Amino acid sequence: MAFSIKVNGRTHGVDVDGDTPLLWVLRDVLGMTGTKFGCGMALCGACTVHVDGVATRSCVTPVDSIGNSEITTIEAVGATAAGARIQKAWLDREVVQCGYCQSGQIMSAAALLASNARPTDADIDDAMSGNICRCGTYSRIRDAIKQAAQST
Amino acid sequence: MILDRPRAAPAARSSAVSDLSRRRFLQAGAAAGGGLMLSMSLPLATRETQAADGFAPNAFIRVEADGQIVLTMPYVEMGQGTYTSIPMLIAEELDVDLNQVRLEHAPPNEKLYGNPLLGGIQATGNSNAVRAAWQPLRQAGATARAMLVAAAAARWNVDPAACRTQGGEVHHPPSGRRIKYGELAADAARMPVPANVALKRPQDFRLIGTAAKRLDTPAKVNGTAVYGIDVRPPGVKIATLAQSPSFGGRVKSVDDTAAKAVKGVRQIVRLDDAVAVVADHMGAAKKGLAALVIEWDDGPHAKLDTDAIAAELEQATLGAGAVAENIGDVERAMAGAVTKVEATYQVPFLAHATMEPMNCTVHVRRDGCEIWVGSQAVARVHAAAAKTAGLPLDKVVVHNHLIGGGFGRRLEADGVIRAVQIAQHVDGPVKVVWTREEDIQHDMYRPYWFDRLSAGLDAKGMPVAWNNRFAGSSVLARWAPPTFNNGLDPDTTEGAIDLVYALPNMHVEYVRVEPPGIPTAFWRSVGPSHNVFVTESFMDELAAAAKQDPVAYRLALLDKTPRAKAVLALAAEKAGWGQPLPPRVGRGVSLQFVFATYMAHVAEVEVSKDGAVKVRRVVCALDCGTVVNPDTVQAQVQSAVIFGITAALHGEITLKNGRVEQANFDTYQMLRMNEAPAVEVHVIQNSEPPGGMGEAGTSAIVPAVTNAIFAATGKRLRRLPVDPKALRQPA
Repeated sequence: MAFSIKVNGRTHGVDVDGDTPLLWVLRDVLGMTGTKFGCGMALCGACTVHVDGVATRSCVTPVDSIGNSEITTIEAVGATAAGARIQKAWLDREVVQCGYCQSGQIMSAAALLASNARPTDADIDDAMSGNICRCGTYSRIRDAIKQAAQST
Repeated sequence: MILDRPRAAPAARSSAVSDLSRRRFLQAGAAAGGGLMLSMSLPLATRETQAADGFAPNAFIRVEADGQIVLTMPYVEMGQGTYTSIPMLIAEELDVDLNQVRLEHAPPNEKLYGNPLLGGIQATGNSNAVRAAWQPLRQAGATARAMLVAAAAARWNVDPAACRTQGGEVHHPPSGRRIKYGELAADAARMPVPANVALKRPQDFRLIGTAAKRLDTPAKVNGTAVYGIDVRPPGVKIATLAQSPSFGGRVKSVDDTAAKAVKGVRQIVRLDDAVAVVADHMGAAKKGLAALVIEWDDGPHAKLDTDAIAAELEQATLGAGAVAENIGDVERAMAGAVTKVEATYQVPFLAHATMEPMNCTVHVRRDGCEIWVGSQAVARVHAAAAKTAGLPLDKVVVHNHLIGGGFGRRLEADGVIRAVQIAQHVDGPVKVVWTREEDIQHDMYRPYWFDRLSAGLDAKGMPVAWNNRFAGSSVLARWAPPTFNNGLDPDTTEGAIDLVYALPNMHVEYVRVEPPGIPTAFWRSVGPSHNVFVTESFMDELAAAAKQDPVAYRLALLDKTPRAKAVLALAAEKAGWGQPLPPRVGRGVSLQFVFATYMAHVAEVEVSKDGAVKVRRVVCALDCGTVVNPDTVQAQVQSAVIFGITAALHGEITLKNGRVEQANFDTYQMLRMNEAPAVEVHVIQNSEPPGGMGEAGTSAIVPAVTNAIFAATGKRLRRLPVDPKALRQPA
């Protein structure tokens, strides 16, 4: 069945089963590979995108559940105010190592910052503990979120 | 692990690095495009005894006509910062800015790009890229600079000694003339290669020792970085697979009727021991895989379980092994000891669980094969693909990519072999992506090890005898067979021998026991991942038996290893060792010299009434000799510590009825943000050759944590991972 989804401000038609996770539509059908596959069960957060601004695990989000919602991915999050600040803080704090999980980390952090201008440590724990980083960049992620929050 | 390292006292071990400089040759020739190309010849360390026959160069610098410096990079980036630290070495001596250096992945060619510290195998691992590159790449940069200066001086008819270099230009201050390297490249290529070029003195370093920004970061924050899993050759199909759930099992039958009916599924590929579903996208491939009805013949290991493997290893430690180290007379010393301490330790199988699941893209054509992958060992992958495809090496092209986590997993070619097997049945390119469940259940695992130790203490409580016999798999015996000799290899024993402590009588034996069916592999911090946990836990036990403070006890044994003593004292000081703590909170210490780096940790843990462990704070002090990129040193310790705590608290792969019981991040857990402690890193600065940094923190942190648990609860943990049930506070 054909679906129409709006990604980063553009509308795309895709012909897949309705239960196909958004992750695979983005990566394999639309060729937007910035969003990563980690677990397929919403356990690691690597696939995080924004659906109407809300951090969402695309690996368990069926494409037929999206309707007219606006999807934002790592490729375009820099165009949002919070996303741009988070990306800059990530660079300033040299957060990244292998980098594979960082698309998802940045999407979770940008959604946090957009909804909470001054997150506490507990807020950061709540928003970010669903995102695994095997390189263990957690303390730099925490510092970078705080820096981004202070830069407003 | 240094494969060719001579057996020597720890203090002398770093000499292996400086020896390389005496065996170095540089050749120059005109590069394609008229630039200056330096090929650096470094006879393989394992060929030390051979005459200097033919110089197989192992790295290339290219100075292009537009001034671009191109480094053909023999090491692969997997988060450890090597794409920044290695270019720093060249840029330092060439006097160019770091952003003037562009990297190209080295193609598979062990003659050119073999790692001299890995027996000439072209691989990135064992925390040795900076160690291996330290002399030769600086030398290559300095030689290139000298030839560029010579070319400029000849053009201007001036004394080369009057010329200076900066920012990719040669200057002649007396006349005020200056010229860019790019304009000199063609002339420089015709200059003789100077025999002896002085390297910069440490006090003249302009880049080395500064916190350089990583070159690979920008693309990793905006989704444009391309990992192996991201490649999309035109027409590529996506496949996922089920491999025999028991090791060594076979496919008995497949009913693919329902799978073929899934929209987007194109093809089912049946192999002897695996079934793959090829589809338009991974969503369809996974749905097709779930719809397959596969009957397996579980094969010879159908009944295998971890307890039986552990029992076999335990039994093996009762017999003799290969002697890895013998100092003094342990039996006699033990007989005269006032106190005797005995213990056994065991550590579990561990999966790598790289965030980027295993994947490989292959296009098999009638006359060739193309591979896209992220590999730590690209030449090995190249050879394995050619063999599997039945093609000569020159018909196989491997494109290497950024790695979304290596930790040793991507030193193996199994994923590439599997992808080629599948691609041989597919018309066009196919990307084989493992589900997380396949990734964890068909990993090649950090071995299970069992250790039996005993020690004798004198009247003052100090150790006069140390006995250690351990049993488990030798990864090196499979991965690089020539390195396994007389029952020993240099990895499996690292951290168990050549201890920093003055132990007058010491005896260490290793018994190689390969578990049936289960493939074992390198895992971040390799041999020391196991040995340092055991030796540093046991050293803590000796201090406890002697009723002495664990730091003071160790310090008393370090008079002959001042660098070790210094890092231990610094870590203790910075951690506030000895200051009072609340009940069920404790500090634990560890000390090691592995990967040519001295490192001490103090961990502070809190154990709740129900036995849950929280690591509150970690303080690390280290001496890795010369620091190339200080921010990378900090980052790698922070990273390695989280990796180690993850293993200590959560890491365990178990088998039952031949099957791995863990499958995804719910059953194989990772440390998360809310559990991650702050990690303080203190570096002792000096000008010794650089030590390795990517892995040392992982082996070091584990005993610091378990020793802290002992301090907090009085419970000595001799088996990993930490079992909260054993730590519950009695009512």
